[in-house]
Amino acid sequence: MSSASFSLSGLLSSFSEAWPTIGYLLGGAGTTCILILAAMLIGLVMGTVMASGQVYGPPWAGRLVDLYVWFFRGVPILVLMFLFHFGLAGLLETAAADLARSDLAARLFGARLNLRPRVSPFVSAVAVLGLCSAAYQSQIFRGAMQSIPVGQFRAALALGMSRRQAVAAVILPQALRLSIPAWSNEYSILLKDSAIAYVVGVSEIMSRFKAVASATHRYLLLYVLAGLLYYLLTAIGVRLLDRLRRRVRTPGLGESDATGY
Amino acid sequence: MNAPAQPVLEVRNLSKSLGGKLILDDVSLTLNKGELKVLIGPSGGGKSTLLQCVHYLHRPDRGDVFLEGRSAAEMGRRNICAFRQEIGMIFQDFNLFDHLDAENNVAIALRKVKGLAKAAALARARAELDRVGLADKADLFPAQLSGGQKQRVSIARALAMDPKVMLLDEPTSALDPDLIGEVLNVVADLARGGMTMLMATHQIGFARRLTREIIFMENGRIIETGRPDDLLAPASESRAAAFCAKLTELLGH
Repeated sequence: MSSASFSLSGLLSSFSEAWPTIGYLLGGAGTTCILILAAMLIGLVMGTVMASGQVYGPPWAGRLVDLYVWFFRGVPILVLMFLFHFGLAGLLETAAADLARSDLAARLFGARLNLRPRVSPFVSAVAVLGLCSAAYQSQIFRGAMQSIPVGQFRAALALGMSRRQAVAAVILPQALRLSIPAWSNEYSILLKDSAIAYVVGVSEIMSRFKAVASATHRYLLLYVLAGLLYYLLTAIGVRLLDRLRRRVRTPGLGESDATGY
Repeated sequence: MNAPAQPVLEVRNLSKSLGGKLILDDVSLTLNKGELKVLIGPSGGGKSTLLQCVHYLHRPDRGDVFLEGRSAAEMGRRNICAFRQEIGMIFQDFNLFDHLDAENNVAIALRKVKGLAKAAALARARAELDRVGLADKADLFPAQLSGGQKQRVSIARALAMDPKVMLLDEPTSALDPDLIGEVLNVVADLARGGMTMLMATHQIGFARRLTREIIFMENGRIIETGRPDDLLAPASESRAAAFCAKLTELLGH
């Protein structure tokens, strides 16, 4: 009657069977962390620039950012991942190899180089997640920048700052502070989206748990553990970002509690 | 008996339309060194736009602004930043930088624009805060200051750039009545110290005491100018006098 795979002794034997692979499994968490930290960093830098252009730049910059955001919002990450890794990456590799064999390389390095550069799955995944996150982060920062009174920007110009200085010294420090809660949301979404990197062959959490599950046939246990690991990483990241938010909070701002009425 | 007047700021024939509406219509005025001139007139009459055009925060459609003889219209983008640095601007709603404490509000432009080292900028900032009576508030953030204190920080911030002219855009209009005095006292100190200033205000009593020339603006034009006693005398039948009588009736000062 009772199926062995749902009994306690079955679970325990699953554990003992999977235990020797624990180092391999947790190593996947390391890969996932590096993957999303790199992607978030790309998103942060690009998102900041795009939002600045959209709010304080010329009209064409705003339209360009709109187009970018529209594209990355509209296409599933899975499609982007395939498109980039199996489509664009090949073109990039050929272009880089051609460049290495070109006259330009001969002039720069004194020789035509016979290179066969490869875009690794990890690089593809960082690029796709980073470009995608840039689209979402730019809209987080845009909202935050628009909420800073334009008078402060004007006051910065009035003191002799250039537009760029005013954005960098006055608007962004405030906008980034305001962005932390939404940014922590973006982190938790990106963390879970990163499981898609498995499809192009990045050896991250999902791919390693799948490998061990297939080898041991302990699917239930391993996917529950994979889920828990993602949960843990989400909780840690969100908590750290909340600590950051409190640390950089401007005294007197955002302290009002809504308990009274 | 007077030294020959040296024009610090000359505004020539400024016109500006915003959203298809003519806001400034051929406005000219001159500020000599050490002069305080006061702009009065109904809201929407063009006072703020005039000040912002003088500062090139709005680019005028026609006309030009000369600071010590140098034409703003002929300056490139970079030089406009230098031009603005020499003209202090005080806004109605203070526009302090919310993420910086009082001394860093004053110091930041010294560092970014004048290139001062952090220590030197902060020392200068504290000296300017002392000048407006806020030496003990240097490390408070805007959200922790009263309106009057905020406006005094913004005056310190402008003074730190060593401006040749100060433009004040209704500096007390956003303040509670009991906080107006502390800001006006600072402005009066500046006037006595020889600062060249152009100030838009509804504080008629203050204006009468401190200025020798009142400029009355309405519908984007300068309608009348004159000494306060002449212009505002009840018998003068000037538009300015009528406007001030209405203000007095409403506000009772």
